[in-house]
Amino acid sequence: MSYRNDPYDPKQAALLSPEALHAAVADAEKAFDAAPDLDALGALKPAHLGDRSPVSLARREIGSLPPAAKADAGKRVNLARQSIQSYFDSRVVELEIERRARVLVEERVDVTLPWDRHPRGARHPLTTLMEHMGDLFVGMGYEIAEGPELELEWANFDALNIGPDNPVRGAMDTFYVDLPGLVMRTHTSPAQVRSMLTRKPPIFIVCPGRAYRTDELDATHSPVFHQIEGLVVDEGITMAHLRGTLDHFARAMFGPDARTRFRPHYFPFTEPSAEFDVWFAQHRDGPRWVEWGGCGMVNPRVLTACGIDPDRYSGFAFGMGVERTLMFRNGVSDMHDMVEGDVRFTREFGMEV
Amino acid sequence: MKTTLSWLREYVELPASLTAADLDTALINLGIEVESIVDQAATVKGDLVVGRVLEIEELTGFKKPIRFVHVDIGRGEPQELVCGATNFAVGDLVAVILPGGELPGGFTVGSRKTYGRVSNGMICSARELGLGDDHTGIVVLPPGAAEPGADARPVVGLDDVLIHVEITPDRGYEMSVRGIARELSYYFESEYTDPGATSGVPGATPQPPYPVQVEDIVGCDRFAARVVRGIDPNATSPEWMQRRLIASGVRSISLPVDITNYLMLELGQPMHVFDLNLIRGGLVVRRARPGEKLTTLDGVARVLDAEDMVICDDSGPISLAAVMGGETSEWRPDTVDVLLEAAHWDPVMVGRTARRHKLFSEAAKRWERGVDPQLALVALQRAVELLVQHAGGTVDERVLDIDNVVPPALVPLDPDLPTRRIGVPYPADRVVELLSQVGCTVEGTDPLLVTPPSWRPDLLDPADLVEEVARLGGYDAIPSILPPAPGGDGLTQAQRRRRTVTRAIAEAGYVEVLSYPFVSPEVHDAFGLPADDPRRSAVRVTNPLSEEEPELRTSLLPPLLATLKRNLGRGQRDVALYETGTVFLPHLAATAPRELSIDRRPTEAEWAAANAIIPEQPWHLAVVLAVEIEPAGWWGAGRRAAWSDAVEAARIALSAAGVSPDRVSVRAAEYAPWHPGRCAAVLVDDAVIGYAGELHPGVVSALELPKRTSAMELDLDAIPAAPIVQAGRLSTFPPALIDVALVVDAAVPAADVEDALVAGAGELLESVRLFDVYTSDQLGAGLKSLAYKLTFRAPDRTLTVEEAVAARDAAVATAWARTGATLRGA
Repeated sequence: MSYRNDPYDPKQAALLSPEALHAAVADAEKAFDAAPDLDALGALKPAHLGDRSPVSLARREIGSLPPAAKADAGKRVNLARQSIQSYFDSRVVELEIERRARVLVEERVDVTLPWDRHPRGARHPLTTLMEHMGDLFVGMGYEIAEGPELELEWANFDALNIGPDNPVRGAMDTFYVDLPGLVMRTHTSPAQVRSMLTRKPPIFIVCPGRAYRTDELDATHSPVFHQIEGLVVDEGITMAHLRGTLDHFARAMFGPDARTRFRPHYFPFTEPSAEFDVWFAQHRDGPRWVEWGGCGMVNPRVLTACGIDPDRYSGFAFGMGVERTLMFRNGVSDMHDMVEGDVRFTREFGMEV
Repeated sequence: MKTTLSWLREYVELPASLTAADLDTALINLGIEVESIVDQAATVKGDLVVGRVLEIEELTGFKKPIRFVHVDIGRGEPQELVCGATNFAVGDLVAVILPGGELPGGFTVGSRKTYGRVSNGMICSARELGLGDDHTGIVVLPPGAAEPGADARPVVGLDDVLIHVEITPDRGYEMSVRGIARELSYYFESEYTDPGATSGVPGATPQPPYPVQVEDIVGCDRFAARVVRGIDPNATSPEWMQRRLIASGVRSISLPVDITNYLMLELGQPMHVFDLNLIRGGLVVRRARPGEKLTTLDGVARVLDAEDMVICDDSGPISLAAVMGGETSEWRPDTVDVLLEAAHWDPVMVGRTARRHKLFSEAAKRWERGVDPQLALVALQRAVELLVQHAGGTVDERVLDIDNVVPPALVPLDPDLPTRRIGVPYPADRVVELLSQVGCTVEGTDPLLVTPPSWRPDLLDPADLVEEVARLGGYDAIPSILPPAPGGDGLTQAQRRRRTVTRAIAEAGYVEVLSYPFVSPEVHDAFGLPADDPRRSAVRVTNPLSEEEPELRTSLLPPLLATLKRNLGRGQRDVALYETGTVFLPHLAATAPRELSIDRRPTEAEWAAANAIIPEQPWHLAVVLAVEIEPAGWWGAGRRAAWSDAVEAARIALSAAGVSPDRVSVRAAEYAPWHPGRCAAVLVDDAVIGYAGELHPGVVSALELPKRTSAMELDLDAIPAAPIVQAGRLSTFPPALIDVALVVDAAVPAADVEDALVAGAGELLESVRLFDVYTSDQLGAGLKSLAYKLTFRAPDRTLTVEEAVAARDAAVATAWARTGATLRGA
């Protein structure tokens, strides 16, 4: 069917009528609204905006109009077409938003499912506690000194004013080996001796590490245990400095309420000597003084053996058990848990203590 | 040291209202460690009353004698009680705890049916009342001690405060009532009466009561003796003395022995009682002759050492001086004439003798810590007085005293030293006051010339005097001042590295363990170590806790594997552990070190020579893992721990240590205890620093480990220091990616192929990654295919396809040349 050559056909020109154009717009809008998704909308596009859509056919009829009517009719057709197009475009946007929202709903998962395919390990709380303690002193300007665990008897005993007849040197207390002149160090103090031999005052060091005594393993003793010891040697060092250092350390470890109490005691390597308690407010059985370690002013005999002039320099030293600290700080009740290597114990602490 | 408050009160005026807490605080501030302070009156709760036995009915038909007893407790009807003891008779006074009461140890007493009768309470033994060890019968009170119904506590002696303290080894004088009372007098600033005062005590007479010769005045610088004849051998120690002995933890033996023990506890002077009639000829005090024999009181025949001191008569040694008497001359139940000896022995000698013969008597403990050499005559005078008072006899007026005591050395003290060392201002007069308080004689002004008292052999150096000033001045007075430290250098590289490496290993799934380093020599065989393996040469502990594990580890693995097993045994299914610690590697040619002085610093040469004998103790890192390293879950199956995880652990450690991957290589190795086909040597810069892989099946079976247990151990100290990382330039041009599949003999290590590809590809190669390994029949027997993804990139331009292909071809050509690899499908 062709109507190209048909010069004027009022019936065809009817498509240009305002009513017809309005109807075309209304039909299109209704159809677009009914489209449930983008695919359906796309399928409707030729019927309302394609070559054979009412507005396209109306445009063709413009030629058949008298010249005076052409401009007006063209304007109306264009408006109608723009209206449909813009409605289509906005509907596209709408449906796109809907589609994206639906995808998000469809992709929902159960985020509570576990994904522990690669479980982390854990560091031993004694290690992390020793590092923590060491770091507090490094923060104060100290350095961390080390020494061998199988140590010279001289460095472990003699240089520390523990004479050959001191009972602690007996096989009841000290591990000896089949190499003469050596012992398993009974404290980390020989690392202090080494520091005094190799450093010049001012010396500010801490020595964390392992030590050995012939105690049977029980709830509170272990033949292998850890200590952290500190040593300061400089001009004008007093016992007040020792106390200030331990108070500061106690606060850093246990909070602003912590403080120390000194009790006179005896150690061959310090004179005066003291044992010190810390006021531990977080103790699980209530705030209390807890025995923490030993300390004192370095015995001038020790300074002499290590080549430091005791008339010019003085120093203080202190030491505490890491196991003991972990026991009251973290509520560990049995030494066995710290030495047996049960992963359940260590995993509780993770990577920090 | 155990004692009682009433005893202390005899010599120091203590506040009447003194509480246990006050006493505790005082002792702690004086430096006397308190084990316990027990108010005896509070140890028995409820009604503990005196009762008079009215009627005894012997019950029969039981395995042991049982009595049903009626006791008058002063409350109308007699109390009916069942009792298992038989050491009492009608009319005796006994101690009865009534229902509702509680004995020491938390034992509550009620009315209960036993042996067919109802017992309304209990008649108590000394042990049940916490008065001593005697449980052979019940406590029978002296006739007329109290009326029935009266509180039995003061009658049985439950009216004192028991004090148990720990004395530090420098303070021998505190191992006595005399010493502790003196210390308390400082704290309470109260009146003190010295029971050891020498005034009025008879001194040596021209003629001794018995001939004695001291041959070694170093070992024995004082020897004093008195004689009492004709004592009543049946005399017993008075009740009060027995009670104090028991409260001090000393058994009552006989009057003469009890007196010496009592005075040792009170004064600190150990003494000895000989039966005068059992000594043959004059006494000689000398060193033992090597090999000489003596049977001590404990019945042990001892071979003496040339260092031991002995007291001899004509028959030879009769007493191991200061430590224990001999059997032949000792007091006996029929002894009537006694020789009492109070000497002063060399503390070093006594300590050595006690340790040598493993005789740690109360006397030896005091001698080792130091006994006041001026006590001998005082103690003897008190002893003869007590003896005569309670056993009669006649005191020989002659006194023996061989006195070679060297007076305490004078210590010059800068009066300002306590202030300088403690940080508390102590004016000179305060220093003098405090030192005088502890018994020192102070003369001069600057320096102060200080003579310590005879009972303080520990005061030798100015520092010792500083401590006394600080202690009596109160440690509480010391202020808290944080000293400024110089700038520190932070952690060393080795310390930082140890932390980084262990954190990385822990993050990779391993749990840290801190094992004891003690191992059994048998582990070397279990590990299948060759006979000449250096790991077999271990340091041996000569006094190990367990004879089975006397060696120090030369590898971290044996203790670590034991811990792995322990965890599996406790129901853990999958276990991955790590440890960092030292191993102990003895030098083969170690010799004894030369003695180093303590009077001066060792010279550099002396120090180096001493250190040369110390075994190497490098830090190692080891991991062990068994069963699954990745657990099964809702995602599917788990993944078994394998050799490859162990090797990767080494790579993780090295990467964390800052060693770039191109410096790390891995080679197949055969090294016990690993599986010979599944063991990798791990190298940095071509030096082996450790091994990793699956354990040898034989080792797994010998140690009863799960199949395919894997392990890695490397020497952390052998890892070269990490260089300062230099940043490379990042190219912003696009990469060219080419995959190649190479076919090689199955025995060719993938690492070699990769090394060849890298070498051949030249500078344009950015990375190479092996993404597939497979074998198939189609490929051919004994061959494998390795598929690599090669990434090429130029720093300054976009690569053309031709350039990338040319680089790939060069890589493949080198791989072919080095390993025989051919391009698959080519």
